[in-house]
Amino acid sequence: MNASDKLSGGARRERRLPPFYLEQARKRALEHRMVVGLAGQQNAGKSTVFNMLTGANQFVANYPGVTVDKKSGVYREDGLKVEIVDLPGTYSLTSFSLEERVSRDFLLFEAPDAVVNVVDAAQLRRSLYLTFQILEMGFPVVIALNMMDVAEGRGLKLNLERLSHSLGVDVVPTIGRRGQGREALRDRLREVRRRSGPAAGLMIQYDRLEPFIERVRARLEGIPALVSRYPIRWLAVKLLEGDGEAEKLLVRTAGEGAGLLAEVRGWRKEFEAAEGLNASEAIGLSRDRLAAEIVALCVTDTSMGRTPWSERIDRVVLNRVAAPFFLLAAIYLVYELSIVQGNELTRLTWPVLVFLRAGIASLLPSPGLLFDPYTRLLGLWVVDSASALLNYIPIFFILFTLIAVLEESGYMARIAFILDRVFHGFGLHGQSTLPFILSGVMAGGCAVPGVMATRAIPDRRSRLGTILTAPFMNCQAKLPLYILLINIFFADHRSWALLFIATVTILLALLVARLLTSTVLRTMETAPFVMELPAYHAPTLGGVFSRARERTWVYTKKVATIVAAAAVLIFALLQLPGLGSERKAWYEQELAGPRAGFESAVRGTVHEALAEERSLAALVNVFSAYEEARGGADGPAGIQAVDEKFKARFPGFYPLLVPGSDAKAAEIHAALKALADRQRELRLRIREETLTHSLLGRFGRTLESGTRFAGFDWKMNVALLSAFTARENSVATLGVLYQEGADESKSLEERMRSESRARGITSLHALAVILFFALYPPCLATIIVIRSETQSWRWTFFSVLFPLVLGLTVSSLVFSLGRALSLDGLKMMGLFYVSVLFLALLLGRRGERQPEPPEERLANLSAQSA
Amino acid sequence: MFGAWRHRRGCQRGSQASIPPTEPRPETCRFLADVPPGTCCRIRRYRGRGPVRQRLLDLGFVPSATVCVIRKATLGDPIELLVADTFVTLRKDEAAQIEVDPQ
Repeated sequence: MNASDKLSGGARRERRLPPFYLEQARKRALEHRMVVGLAGQQNAGKSTVFNMLTGANQFVANYPGVTVDKKSGVYREDGLKVEIVDLPGTYSLTSFSLEERVSRDFLLFEAPDAVVNVVDAAQLRRSLYLTFQILEMGFPVVIALNMMDVAEGRGLKLNLERLSHSLGVDVVPTIGRRGQGREALRDRLREVRRRSGPAAGLMIQYDRLEPFIERVRARLEGIPALVSRYPIRWLAVKLLEGDGEAEKLLVRTAGEGAGLLAEVRGWRKEFEAAEGLNASEAIGLSRDRLAAEIVALCVTDTSMGRTPWSERIDRVVLNRVAAPFFLLAAIYLVYELSIVQGNELTRLTWPVLVFLRAGIASLLPSPGLLFDPYTRLLGLWVVDSASALLNYIPIFFILFTLIAVLEESGYMARIAFILDRVFHGFGLHGQSTLPFILSGVMAGGCAVPGVMATRAIPDRRSRLGTILTAPFMNCQAKLPLYILLINIFFADHRSWALLFIATVTILLALLVARLLTSTVLRTMETAPFVMELPAYHAPTLGGVFSRARERTWVYTKKVATIVAAAAVLIFALLQLPGLGSERKAWYEQELAGPRAGFESAVRGTVHEALAEERSLAALVNVFSAYEEARGGADGPAGIQAVDEKFKARFPGFYPLLVPGSDAKAAEIHAALKALADRQRELRLRIREETLTHSLLGRFGRTLESGTRFAGFDWKMNVALLSAFTARENSVATLGVLYQEGADESKSLEERMRSESRARGITSLHALAVILFFALYPPCLATIIVIRSETQSWRWTFFSVLFPLVLGLTVSSLVFSLGRALSLDGLKMMGLFYVSVLFLALLLGRRGERQPEPPEERLANLSAQSA
Repeated sequence: MFGAWRHRRGCQRGSQASIPPTEPRPETCRFLADVPPGTCCRIRRYRGRGPVRQRLLDLGFVPSATVCVIRKATLGDPIELLVADTFVTLRKDEAAQIEVDPQ
């Protein structure tokens, strides 16, 4: 008599696999291929087992039509190609959540040759629920009993032989984090493949539901279309459970499905009325009983009721009073390490990008004296746009590493626990914390990783709400414009203004989230906040880095390529139609004087050839670069270094760059300087004129009649429009538009200040711009990520149009109200802040009432009518 | 030990929200949302339907299972529970749907 015979809740049974599965298996056997599904509950360490089994050969794709990652990996052995598919971590195989549906559909429709079930040895009882369900579907199963070390640490002794016997399948002890158990696991899989014939294993029995299951099964057996395709007993259980997808399957596959479905529902009612117990509760109860029985048989608890150390940590870390402080400390650490230290790191990597740019520039057609060839302008524009974003890679890598640490250690779930109440009040979720932090709660994040991090949010409505509001945070590229405006218009109250921006953006984001989740997102699927707090783990180096590398790569690939493509469009808008030939001739004429001066100075000398068009342009540019480098060098040593560098790189030009010793050399030098100065000035004016007359410039003017109410003039319009691809552009564009005084080497700040003053632009205008910029639509890179995260063009368009309308409305209101009450920017700032804060406190205080699920309402209605 | 929460108003709050009008209001109901931290109780049943119930069942919240309230979050909501060997968080709204008996 063996151990499993003693189990009252289950029986060892041989199963007939549906012919479809066998056929799939046969087909793959001919190709020397084997497909293995890797299933397991969340926090069971599934990904470590996956990494252990497959090594570096991993591919990530999406399951068709959904945003769930499909990770697969391959290893080869004796001419056999074993493909491991990592299914999403799920507690169960119902059809309530997207992950569960994805896992189940994979098993049902791809029919893997075997399933490796990763089981948390420290949580055996609950983990077995999933094991029973996989066994019920009839697949050959190998159990990877993971985290054996954790279980031992908790004083649990597991009898593997008994466990294997009870379940009727192979059990392999593993410690995925240390790579232990790989060979044994691969060995078992080989064994499974060799073993032909029906799979064996424990089949759970459902007590008093059994007669009903038998009834349904008998009916289903009579439908060949189902028998050939699906495990019948499993389907019978699911139908009695009232599983929506299983019901659809029945109706779709079988002609008489609808009638049968009504019958099954009748039987379910009959059972529930007789037992006073819901069918799914009865099923859950049977699973729990059998699991308890197996645990009692196989596990000896020697901990004597000792508190697990994870809970002991939580007594401090999750202490009601102390928790917020630990949270702040953790967030501060993430911010300091990634944003602050990452910024330091970009200083080291920036020269690499500069070097690449110089390399590409040398391949492009050389610049002219006044007008550069379009190919050159475009090439450099694309390179600059891409490198502005590539520059963030070190920051992102650190960020993604830290997030992976937070996730693997188990603290991420605790963050959600601490802050859920705050976010829930605004229709979001505890897990929204991280996306907001990444997007720049403390000035200087980026919405791209922020939006990517929303994947962890299990609730569809909260997730979309977070995606749509996280871009309001203060990303790094928004800061330059804020700082410019603050320095000009709020110079006496800098820190207040900065504090205003940093905090008002959070309040606005929360309010908008509340608005969206109770209107357009209202009907979206939500998930309960039923979340496991996993035991703390020390994160593994390999796991953390592979995650960080993968996410950084996704960013680089998606963003850098598409942004480069879109940059071309913006380039056209900024450049076209360009200056007419008449204006070009006029500028050439303007330069003719200094040019003639230089020509006459070099005539008859060895440098005469340099006055020709092509070499002259190069010479003038080198001269400007030299002057700039000298101006920026510190001390005589620095100047000498600059001299050496130019001497080595431009031996032909160098004698002209320095004043020289004799009168002739001095004359040539002076002529060159005059030419270079004039050229620089004219080039700036050309840029301004081109921009003013460009499509974007005209568009900015056209918009002026509308944006008047928000106080934006056309220059601001153009700056804001150009920020659409990347926010950095806004300040660069303003730099081109506010030219007056650039010759006297006044900074942009000074130029804008004096011109604004002259044109009556006040701090109220600046406030309107700041608010608009805070609510500005996401930048192009973020839009791309939003598209890939939502898998929907509709929401992507919405994410652009909605903030645009909202931003214009808010800034127009603030500007017009400030005008009407004749308040200055600072007072209006205070008024706005107080009203937003009041609104947020009012709305966030009460959690939103959950609408009754339609199913429930129906049940209530029928209960009333009965 | 249970004296403290026997007098709380929780019962009415939970029942108003979820019991269909035809069902007689039970006299002795208690709800998980009203159990103070550091206390254990037994699950009687869950009143809602759909995804929440299924998730709770999957995590071991089956009828007659023992559940202990470990702590509340800083703002009093959500709460952390221990059921079988698993630490689980639940919002108060959801915990207010779970009927429990004193252990």
